[in-house]
Amino acid sequence: MRAIEAFEPPLPSKVNYINAQYGLKSWLLTKDHKRIALLYLGSVTLFFFFGGIYAMLIRIELLTPRGDFLSSATYNKVFTQHGILMIFFFLIPAIPATLGNFLVPMMIGAKDLAFPRINLLSWYIYLVGGTITIYALLAGGVDTGWTFYAPYSTTFSNSYVVLTGVGIFISGFSSILTGLNFIVTIHTMRAPGMTWFRLPLFIWSHYATSLIMILGTPVIAITILLLAFERLAHIGIFDPAIGGDPVLFQHLFWFYSHPAVYIMILPGMGVVSELIANFSRKNIFGYKFVAFSSLAIAIFGFLVWGHHMFVSGQSVYAGMIFSFLSFAVAIPSAVKVFNWTATLYKGSISYDTPMLYALGFIGLFLIGGMTGLFLASIAIDVHVTDTYFVVAHFHYIMVGGTLLAYLGGLHYWWPKISGRMYPEGWARFAALVVFVGFNLTFLPQFVAGYLGMPRRYHAYPPEFQVFNVLSSAGASILGTGTLIPLVYLIWSMRYGRHAEANPWNLPGLEWRTQSPPPTENFIVSPVVTWEAYEFASPDEMEVVGTRHAARFEDAEAPAGGD
Amino acid sequence: MAETAIVEHEVHHPALQHHFENLEQQREAGTLGMWVFLVTEMMFFGGMFMAYTLYRYKYGLAFASASNHLSWKLGAFNTAVLIISSFTMAFAVYNAQIGKQRRLIVSLAITILLGLTFLGVKAVEYHDKYEDHLIPGRLFPGNPFNPSTIHLLPGASAQNTEIFYWLYFAMTGMHALHMVIGVGLLSVILFFSVRGRYGPEYHNPVEVSGLYWHFVDLIWIFLFPLLYLLGRHMEHGG
Amino acid sequence: METGWISWLPEAASTMASKVDALFFYLSGVTAFFTLLISGVLIFFVIRYRRRSPFEIPRPVAGSHKLETIWSVIPFVIAMSMFVWATQLYFQQVRSPKLATEVYVVGKQWMWKVQHSTGQREINELHVPKGRKIRLIMTSEDTIHSFFIPAFRIKADVLPGRYTDQWFEATKTGTFHLFCAEYCGMNHSGMIGSVVVMEPREFDNWLTGNGGNQSPAVAGQQLFQSLGCASCHGVNGEGGRGPTLAGLFGKQTLLTNGQSVIADEGYIRESIVNPQAKIVAGFTPIMPTFQGQVSEDQVLQLLAFIKSLHIVNPQQPVPAASPVNTRSQTAATPPPNLK
Repeated sequence: MRAIEAFEPPLPSKVNYINAQYGLKSWLLTKDHKRIALLYLGSVTLFFFFGGIYAMLIRIELLTPRGDFLSSATYNKVFTQHGILMIFFFLIPAIPATLGNFLVPMMIGAKDLAFPRINLLSWYIYLVGGTITIYALLAGGVDTGWTFYAPYSTTFSNSYVVLTGVGIFISGFSSILTGLNFIVTIHTMRAPGMTWFRLPLFIWSHYATSLIMILGTPVIAITILLLAFERLAHIGIFDPAIGGDPVLFQHLFWFYSHPAVYIMILPGMGVVSELIANFSRKNIFGYKFVAFSSLAIAIFGFLVWGHHMFVSGQSVYAGMIFSFLSFAVAIPSAVKVFNWTATLYKGSISYDTPMLYALGFIGLFLIGGMTGLFLASIAIDVHVTDTYFVVAHFHYIMVGGTLLAYLGGLHYWWPKISGRMYPEGWARFAALVVFVGFNLTFLPQFVAGYLGMPRRYHAYPPEFQVFNVLSSAGASILGTGTLIPLVYLIWSMRYGRHAEANPWNLPGLEWRTQSPPPTENFIVSPVVTWEAYEFASPDEMEVVGTRHAARFEDAEAPAGGD
Repeated sequence: MAETAIVEHEVHHPALQHHFENLEQQREAGTLGMWVFLVTEMMFFGGMFMAYTLYRYKYGLAFASASNHLSWKLGAFNTAVLIISSFTMAFAVYNAQIGKQRRLIVSLAITILLGLTFLGVKAVEYHDKYEDHLIPGRLFPGNPFNPSTIHLLPGASAQNTEIFYWLYFAMTGMHALHMVIGVGLLSVILFFSVRGRYGPEYHNPVEVSGLYWHFVDLIWIFLFPLLYLLGRHMEHGG
Repeated sequence: METGWISWLPEAASTMASKVDALFFYLSGVTAFFTLLISGVLIFFVIRYRRRSPFEIPRPVAGSHKLETIWSVIPFVIAMSMFVWATQLYFQQVRSPKLATEVYVVGKQWMWKVQHSTGQREINELHVPKGRKIRLIMTSEDTIHSFFIPAFRIKADVLPGRYTDQWFEATKTGTFHLFCAEYCGMNHSGMIGSVVVMEPREFDNWLTGNGGNQSPAVAGQQLFQSLGCASCHGVNGEGGRGPTLAGLFGKQTLLTNGQSVIADEGYIRESIVNPQAKIVAGFTPIMPTFQGQVSEDQVLQLLAFIKSLHIVNPQQPVPAASPVNTRSQTAATPPPNLK
């Protein structure tokens, strides 16, 4: 039977990117994309748990209808900071800057990204922005909501708006530089034979994500600058008292912040494509459709920002157009879900943890995505906007979607990144805990939202309490569930079973080099002659609906080792 | 199955970075990188152009009045300065391509000088605005915005001229910042040109710096008519 | 369709509520259907095609353009059905009916001030009669707020510097939640109140019981005098140095820049706080601004007064304004079209 032959010379070197050089300086001044990915991994994890602490504070307060745990002013800062940390410092960089940085060069057969020093610079910029933001939070915090709406943020808030804005502004450049690096790398550094349609779908989705990063992020940069201008110099940009327009702020803000949510989900979709194909040992059904749907989502995503503003006073006809386009942008996502499901048909499906996360993603993303249709329907949105319905919707996508994809990808590539296997038993258990905890947290919020519980309320009418108690119970389970991988992944770096080059037995380029890889990724530069996810020969391809006697080729153990 | 490629050990150009296969790939990546970066800059300025469009539509007469108060002569002079500097920049790139070192160095130096001239004229203009109490908001608490020096066209509201002026400072200020960066960038290129680093086989940094410089020039070519020439046709009569 | 009895839905207390709920049910049904369908298929495949031997490799399965088309078109058609239904409903929601009773709402940190056109004022409460169309005209004194009545399924942002509006017709008596739904600072969760729907007779009783306050139109008339508006616009808005205001509301108005605008609430408000923004054709920009001298409540009162001004005698042409000290003598300036 066709074995996935390893790519390396028979005696792999013991030197890899982790032990090639020792010392703090070799890490902090590294140009190796893999080391930079680990630097990001550490920082992103830190911000995730910081944002998670704020989430716990929110859920503790909301256990009771009265505002008895935190003062009103503090609560407002807590939910603002939860949003800022999670969105700008976790969700946006998590997959692209850790998994993307690590894998993009490897998957295309390159030695590094196009601009390694800019890659390192992007991490430092991210840290500087993050540090300034954390400093602002600790110095007194910001209470405008992560959406910073004017005129509250420009004229009425007495908190560290400008300082936080500066932190976010700076970290935006990290995003722009990462996107720039990915685009140039994917265009110019593919190995010989790696044509566009042989690229793993992980690359396609990171390419689409990078397009959004470079086109959208500058707009939030200028929006924050204008906000700061107005706050510091009392110039009327958004202040109606001197002819400014507060709704203009919303347009500028959402012009980036809507595409930003696609920055958060597209990389996750790329991961899920990898997981579904590889853990069913089959090519992705409808490869080109999945690839182009990523581009379609990126492009359409720029055209729908007004659906956050249906009740803002924007014109009726604008609302209609945004509503139509918002429905349209759902279709490429639906196409992906169908193709992933079809991939499983007649596959050879394993129940390893990454696959469990991928399956969880599909289910939860489906719910999150379909509840988005409720919000695209203006007549319903008028009722549910600014309620917990919206909160539930976006958490289904960001946590049920992005976080699950991130954890799935982290586990999948963990042997390649660290050279060790994670403990499968604990990993499956944690996946289950996360899944159950997540649903318990956010499903009741759909109901509370339709019943009318508004967002950003720290005290609420007693009839909403039962939903809030369920939600807080779920949150404690979810929080625990995310801590478990933190513990065993760190444990595995020292005590985990050593992983071979291709522990899952897969055809991807990243599996054809050592685990962990050498600094230059491939000892011998690859020339690609096979299609993406080519487990078996394309001559054996079965057409859907035709009968085939044998589902498999002869199943034997592969000849030779890895 | 997959074949392995044999990496030939060639003599590398000293400027070739090890993660690229060859200079051609490096050049391609560098150029594409600069183009992608310029796209982000377009989006960055785009937000301000958007705000400008909106407020000009709302307060057309106030904008025209405020625009008339700017010195179109200084603006036109600066426009000419930048257009010439784009020519000298292009000339510098050409000379790098054909290996004419002296001409490369001289062209770069002239481009830098022209850039500094532009910035000097901008400083003069900003100072004039300060004197005329046209700095918006309360940036200088002792010198608040006072539109009394502006001749208002009939129908224009004095209050709305403040919006024009913050747009003026925001847009030309951002542009000037990019000019400063451009001058810095070209100074670095000039330094390495004097060292003889660039020639026909390797001159990509000069090319991409040229791209950046042309882009900054292009932004100004939009800014000049939008900011300086709004109400000229309305100045005399009507 | 009566939906109020389901406990996990809010009460349906307005004409629109049940319609919104019906659409909600449709979407919920479609969502449930597809969720169960896909999850079911996923679970089925994952069990049926589980890996049975560690080294097995299944045949690849070719893609299918036909399938891709089917599962793109069908979701699109379903999505369009949702879009069409929702948009139709939306048009009903935003088109305030012509003969609605108007109520003015001013939001400020952190309370709602309600003023009925008959003079009653309320704080954080809104009393309305059942079965009557009510139109809310709203503005904010400070930040953006949002006026949300879950039982009626309505919500609209309340903006500073502008008027926004929404309408409803209550179908049930009772007391219902009123929430601020746009984060507005420290006491955002405290900016709540009640909407009290009464039988029409009880409502009339309530009105008389809470009378004694001037109607906004009367208060507006007093302001009109005391602020000096009458000196240019005439005691009853008949015009003079300034444009005629009688009968102005809702009519097309020609401006000096050639544009023609409808004199709606926003126009009237803007003319008071930023008069230079739009000058009526044939007049000069001599009206001073009243920004800072009038509160939003007072602007609403002036607005109510101006709305109440009718043309004195429809047969008699309104005297053309006699612009004094005109600087701009454009050739053919049409007389102000205020009929």
